[in-house]
Amino acid sequence: MTEILERRAALSGIGQSEIGRRLNRDPLELTLDACLAAIEDAGLARDDIDGLSTYPGAMGASPGFTGAGVTEVHDALRLKLDWFNGGLETSGQLGSVVNACMAVATGLATHVLCFRSVWEATAQGKGRRAPIGGGGGGGGGFRASGPMMEFTLPFRAYSAANWIALYAQRHFHEYGTTREQLAQIALNARKNAACNPQAIYREPLSMDDYLSARLISTPFCLYDCDVPADGGTAFIVSRAEAARDLRRPPIAVEAVGTALRGRPSWDQFDDLTTMALRDASAMLWERTDLRPTDVDVAELYDGFSFITLAWLEALGFCKKGEGGPFIEGGARIARDGQIPLNTHGGQLSAGRLHGYGFLHEACVQLWGEGGERQVAGDPQVAVAAAGGGPLAGCLLLTRR
Amino acid sequence: MAEQPFRVLPRVTPQNEHFWRGGAEGELRFLRCQPCGTYVHPPAPVCPACLSKDVSPEAVSGRATVATYTLNHQPWVPSPDHPYAIAIVEIDEQPDVRLMTNIVGCEPSDVHIGMQVQVCFEQHEDVFVPVFAPVAS
Repeated sequence: MTEILERRAALSGIGQSEIGRRLNRDPLELTLDACLAAIEDAGLARDDIDGLSTYPGAMGASPGFTGAGVTEVHDALRLKLDWFNGGLETSGQLGSVVNACMAVATGLATHVLCFRSVWEATAQGKGRRAPIGGGGGGGGGFRASGPMMEFTLPFRAYSAANWIALYAQRHFHEYGTTREQLAQIALNARKNAACNPQAIYREPLSMDDYLSARLISTPFCLYDCDVPADGGTAFIVSRAEAARDLRRPPIAVEAVGTALRGRPSWDQFDDLTTMALRDASAMLWERTDLRPTDVDVAELYDGFSFITLAWLEALGFCKKGEGGPFIEGGARIARDGQIPLNTHGGQLSAGRLHGYGFLHEACVQLWGEGGERQVAGDPQVAVAAAGGGPLAGCLLLTRR
Repeated sequence: MAEQPFRVLPRVTPQNEHFWRGGAEGELRFLRCQPCGTYVHPPAPVCPACLSKDVSPEAVSGRATVATYTLNHQPWVPSPDHPYAIAIVEIDEQPDVRLMTNIVGCEPSDVHIGMQVQVCFEQHEDVFVPVFAPVAS
């Protein structure tokens, strides 16, 4: 069998900046706070870093979507890099981490600093959440172009809330999924956030609160949508043998999933009840002998609640179409349930760190540092997954 | 027709103008592979089925089926007509050609999966936005 090259990589350190709503701090500073914390956490020095990777990198995008690109961090820290990578066209947010795994596996670098930062809460100010692509302009001659915008914005589908709601509605139609079932993703996240001092929303959320919340885009209400935040997250991905003698016991990368075998499109994907995450999940299990029943904790992207349900199905924690009944009542996904889910509160309650927060929490749980929210029983295997629509990437991690 | 809502308009290019301006003649047009008949959307200079480069615009019937929908309540852009219906429709000629669009001409609460719809066009400047209305039963 071909070698599973990602097993030559390990996670050796993690870091996070201050996280909050409208911090009004320099986004580069938030980014660097996370980066320096990760370097220190691994027991490394700045000069040990020879690789740098981020998602999505510097780009003109909706306000606050990216806090810094490769070039800014490279220069601010005066890194001496053998390999670097930044961009949007990869397997979702965690594609940047997978790329780092491959860089260390192939010998292009030894310790890669991976980072993702956002400042959407500050950038969007006191108004409502911003539409994607400057759709709210009105006049000014803005014209939509590119595959993601040309066939969405002219139809008043301004937000990923609309694009994902279309998938959720089709899932409801085919499988009888209900809002009361979907609510469990949000309620579970809030319960876990209550035990996470870094989480943004920690006060209790009830089913009544959920069902009486204002609608955003049916079937989604306010609590199905993640909360824009300011903050940075960073990891050190090290060549496994170079991670052995660092400060922490390294977390092994067992397998990654990066596939997108369907069309790379929000509206042309072949199955409107799942998304690219179907393919990334399938690939992950093609690369390991471990099975979903071996997983002790799952940290699955919840930019919108339905995406988490779709990841649960795609990763095989339940059968396709049975996600609704699986999460009904919330017991199976609770911290003491069959598959503890989004133990930090997810983006729905802890804040939209855009993908990287899930991998961070997977590491926290595997290192046993979750404090009040730590999953019991010394978890050994975790899956972290990020992305919705045509974006998807996932990693299976072990204490091996 | 009622007052038209604000729309972000597409950048019209030689590659996509058959689609965005076909409505001037009341036609919904897609690129079609001449050798094998496959409709190509979004526009691309090669047939995804047989890889022929002989693709050119053709009109379709404008009949389609609602594959899924959402009622948008959030005022991303101020407008008096919330909620409005966003849908993905599949065209009769080739169901894997889909359009994200709006369903007009009915109450948003009447929109449902499987609904048969027919194209109509909303003109904004030089663009004819294809939206869909229920087929009279």
